Order: sequence, then structure tokens, then C-alpha cells
Amino acid sequence: MSLDPSYLEYPHRRLGMDHKLYPYSNLFQRPPVQWPGEKSVAIWPVICLEWFPMVPSDTPFRAPGHMQTAYPDYRHYTAREYGTRIGLFRLLDAFEAVGARISVACNGAIADRYPAIIEALVKGGHEIVAHSTDMNGTIASGLAEADERALIAASLDALEKASGTRPRGWLSIARSQSFATPHLLAEAGLDYMCDWVNDELPYAMTTEAGGIVNMPLNHELSDRQIINVQQQSVDSYATQMRDAYGWLAHEAEAHSGRMLPMHLTPYIMGLPYRIDAFEALVRWLAEQPGAWFATGSEILDSWSAST
Amino acid sequence: MTPDPQLYTFSAWRGRRKIRWPEGKSCAVWVAPNLEYYELDPPANPHRKSWAKPHPDVVGYAHRDHANRVGHWRMADVMTRHGFPGSVSLSVALCDHIPEVVEDARQRGWEFFSHGIYNTRYSYGMDEAQERAIIEDSIATVERATGQRIRGWLAPALTHTPRTLDLIAEYGLDYTCDLYHDDQPTDVKVKSGRLTAIPYSLEVNDHYGFFIYNMSPRDYADTLIRQFERLASEGEREDGPGGTVMCIPLHSYLIGQPHRIGPFEEVLRHIAADGRAWIATAGEIVDAWREQQG
Repeated sequence: MSLDPSYLEYPHRRLGMDHKLYPYSNLFQRPPVQWPGEKSVAIWPVICLEWFPMVPSDTPFRAPGHMQTAYPDYRHYTAREYGTRIGLFRLLDAFEAVGARISVACNGAIADRYPAIIEALVKGGHEIVAHSTDMNGTIASGLAEADERALIAASLDALEKASGTRPRGWLSIARSQSFATPHLLAEAGLDYMCDWVNDELPYAMTTEAGGIVNMPLNHELSDRQIINVQQQSVDSYATQMRDAYGWLAHEAEAHSGRMLPMHLTPYIMGLPYRIDAFEALVRWLAEQPGAWFATGSEILDSWSAST
Repeated sequence: MTPDPQLYTFSAWRGRRKIRWPEGKSCAVWVAPNLEYYELDPPANPHRKSWAKPHPDVVGYAHRDHANRVGHWRMADVMTRHGFPGSVSLSVALCDHIPEVVEDARQRGWEFFSHGIYNTRYSYGMDEAQERAIIEDSIATVERATGQRIRGWLAPALTHTPRTLDLIAEYGLDYTCDLYHDDQPTDVKVKSGRLTAIPYSLEVNDHYGFFIYNMSPRDYADTLIRQFERLASEGEREDGPGGTVMCIPLHSYLIGQPHRIGPFEEVLRHIAADGRAWIATAGEIVDAWREQQG
């Protein structure tokens, strides 16, 4: 038994990364980032607002949270809709009560189906981030480039039509990309994407269609990861977020502004038995002297201005 | 293939000759940060997929890349602050890709052993010449980058062949981290040379803690403290086996996350303040144990 000789060849083994998207960079050796008002930690809430067609697509893959039973899967279809009808508004109330403006990553289908939601987001001063078309709009290798380009455009068009503003940010479903995604997003004129979780501050990527900033949206600190995947309680979630805030605020004193992403799912966090603990967390964060609640665009602009 | 790999001689926890660690400490504690490089688009090994998703697996890759950009620096500072050196499980290609991280570990006085070339290249299916090539590559690459001759091996992504242990012993390596049968070092039966199995751990590995057992950061910290307390107390028993070994295997893309590093720092503070811990490197533990074996 032996492996093909190419298995012991390493064509990308050289100084730097094994791809050309971004160079290596040590977070602790970058010029300091200044947030407005000399705040130390930018808190970036991102609520995902999703519509799951009751006929799921497995091409290129089935989205997390999608239908699971034989057709018709009323239980998952309606439980996700609960988040859109109710959970979202509980989360918005929690943030608006402390005067926070946040990012909401919307499927284009949300704009088509529920214009009242888009209206409420615009009225609240929140940012709409493009989050594909609907939950069948997954991206991975195997999706033809033309189809991916069309999917990105359809999402942006639907959200722009409903909100009056073309989204500046993009979040792929499950943060899943093809090799073409970064350049297709840059080509579509997007300023930032949220898919790469390799950093804790924005950083620039280079593509053949120009530059785009990646805003790392920590998947480990998401309600999906902590509550759904790891099966921990909302109290444990809140403790973990407080611990993260505390560490980052401490680091900010010695180094530079820091960023704490909060990736939220209305049908997970917006449930009656979880929302009180979540509201208390938001109030606690708002009381911290160094906390700056901000949208992705605000963080991006502030980061761009100070680097 | 054989049902009994004939790795070592059986030895029960009761009635062993006692091991004594320096200064009468009851538990040797070593920290094993995995400093790794994963490839975005590695070639396929017929026996194991590298990424769960079609390439590029953006979350899988980027999560691990967090280690080199962010996590390592955070984790290493905490370790240094509390007096814990690292015994590094190294994807040796990291010396080529991101020498800053390797040089930082060297300057902190850490010890290096090989964890293969990349953590996306597996040993399954290799012939003997191929396996020799990755061992020789490991020895040469680490020596060039750090001046150290590697003394140990943790198979890349824990992928072995039945000849791995014999080969690393033949090349003069002293220890393997791949066998999980004991809380003290053990000699492994090899064709030539001498190879000692040092207790590493999957059970208290941060990867198991967070992704197999789904622990919260504070639960994982509590687990490490319980592990230490028990091993330190068994190591003190008059009728016990003597000094024990506790390894804390880490991946900085996990332990170096902002919600985990604080509770972890409390673990190191606890162990350093306890007084029963001999805080050492893997090589020091193997040497101290061998001196008592004669």
C-alpha cells in the first residue's frame, strides 16, 4: 500500500498563506484601532432573518435549521416562522431599549414576503445585511459561477427594492462559500462580508475583482453554536458573552479597540424562556463603560478611518 | 492487521514501583499547544477526508487560521504569565508558512515535537519510504527553524500506520503522544531504540471538551481542575504509584477564544499555586522517568 507520490508534494509550502486572499497578520501587532468616543469594545449584533421554503433544496447543501421530516414539515417550517413573527421583535425590543442599532442579515425573501419587517428595521435605524435569497440559496463548490452571481444579485436587488438602500454587507448561509464567492461579492460592489471567522477585527481581502473587507462574525459565540449545537443554557450563553466582553475590554486597554460579535437567530434566542436572560445580558453590556453597540457598516467605517 | 498490537507490557495501577518527581511533586503537568497549519485545498487521502465540506470549507479553515492570527498570542501570554512552558505539537510546515508563531514559541523556551507536515496530510496508506520522508522532513524542518532536534511525535491528525512507532524510535525520537493507556510514562515495544509513551490526553483535550463533550468554558476549566486534583492526590498516596502525569493539550483556535481564555487562565493560576505540580516539558518528564527505570 502506498499513496500517490503527489500526496507528499507541497506546492503551496512557502512563506505566508496557502492562498492569495489575504496575507498573514498578527492581531496584536497591528496599529491600534480607535472606536468613536474612545470606546474599547465594538459590540456587533447580527440577527439572521431567514425564510425556509417547505421544500428544502440539497443543492449544493441543505442549510442548517432547514426542514427535517417528510413533507410537509409543519413543525420546522412554523417554528422558524415563529422567530420571524415574534422572536425578531423581542430581540429588537431588547436592543432598542438600550438605544442600540444593529445589523440584520436578511434573506431577500424576507423583503418580498414581509415588507413590514423591512420597514421596521429601516425605521429603527438598523442595517440590513444581505443573506442570500432564501434558505435554499446555499453556496459551495459545485454551484455554477453564473448561478452564484445571479443569486447574489437577486438578494441585493430584493433588499434594495424594499429598503431603498443597497446592502453593503453580505453573510452567506452557514458562512459557506465557493472559491468564487469573495470575487463575486467584490464584483457586486459589496464593501464587506462576514463569512471568515479567522480574526477578531475587520481585515482586507484581495480578489481579482477588487478588494473587500472581511468582518469576522465569530461562529463560536453564536446562539446556534452555544445553545443548539452545544446544548448549553441561555444562562451559560450569557455568562460566556460576559466573560468574552471582560477579556476583550481588558485587552483593549493594552492593545487596541476590540470587537465582540453577537450572532443571533430569532427562533433560538427569541423564545419566551430565553429572552429575559438575553435582555439582562444586553442591559449589562450597555452599562459597561467601554461598550459601543454598532452596525457592521459603522464598525467598518470606523475601522477604515483609523487604519 | 492484528487484534493485539503488542504495544507494551501490562502493568496494573496497584503495586507499581513508585515514580518520584523532582522536589517531591506529585503530578507532572505539561501543556501541549498544537501549533498547526491546515491547507485550504489539500489533496485527498483515500482513507480520510480532510474537510467535512467541499473545498473551500471556509468555517473549518478560518476557525483554525484564527489560531495563528489571534489565539496563539493570547494563549501563549497566559501560559507564560503563570510559568507554563509549552511542548509544542507542531505541523512542521508552519515553520515555512508562519515562522512568526514558531519563533515566538522558541523564544518562550518551548519544546517542539512533530505533528506531521500539515494537519491536512494523513499517514494512512503511506508506504515505508513515504513515512520515512515525513519523519525526516519533520526532523530537518524543525532543526532548521528552531535549532532543536525533535524528540517526540504526535501523528498528524492522529493518523498512524502499524510501523510508525518503530520508525520514530529508529530515528532516535524518545517519546510518542499517541497512546492513552496510562497516567504515567510507559516504554513501548519497538524494533530498535527506545520509545516512551508519555500521557497526552484526549479526554481533557480542549477539542474533546468543546466539541465532543460540548462543555462550556467554565465547565472545561472545572474539568481540568478536577483532573489535576485527582492526579495530584493519587500521586501523594503512600501506597500509590507515585508521581502521575497530567497533560493539557490545547488548540489556540479553541482555548484562545475570548469567552474561553479567562476561565482557562484560572486553571493555570490554580495549578501553579497548588504546590504539588511539577510544571515541565514532555522531554523533561520522559528524562526524569527514564532515570528511575535504569
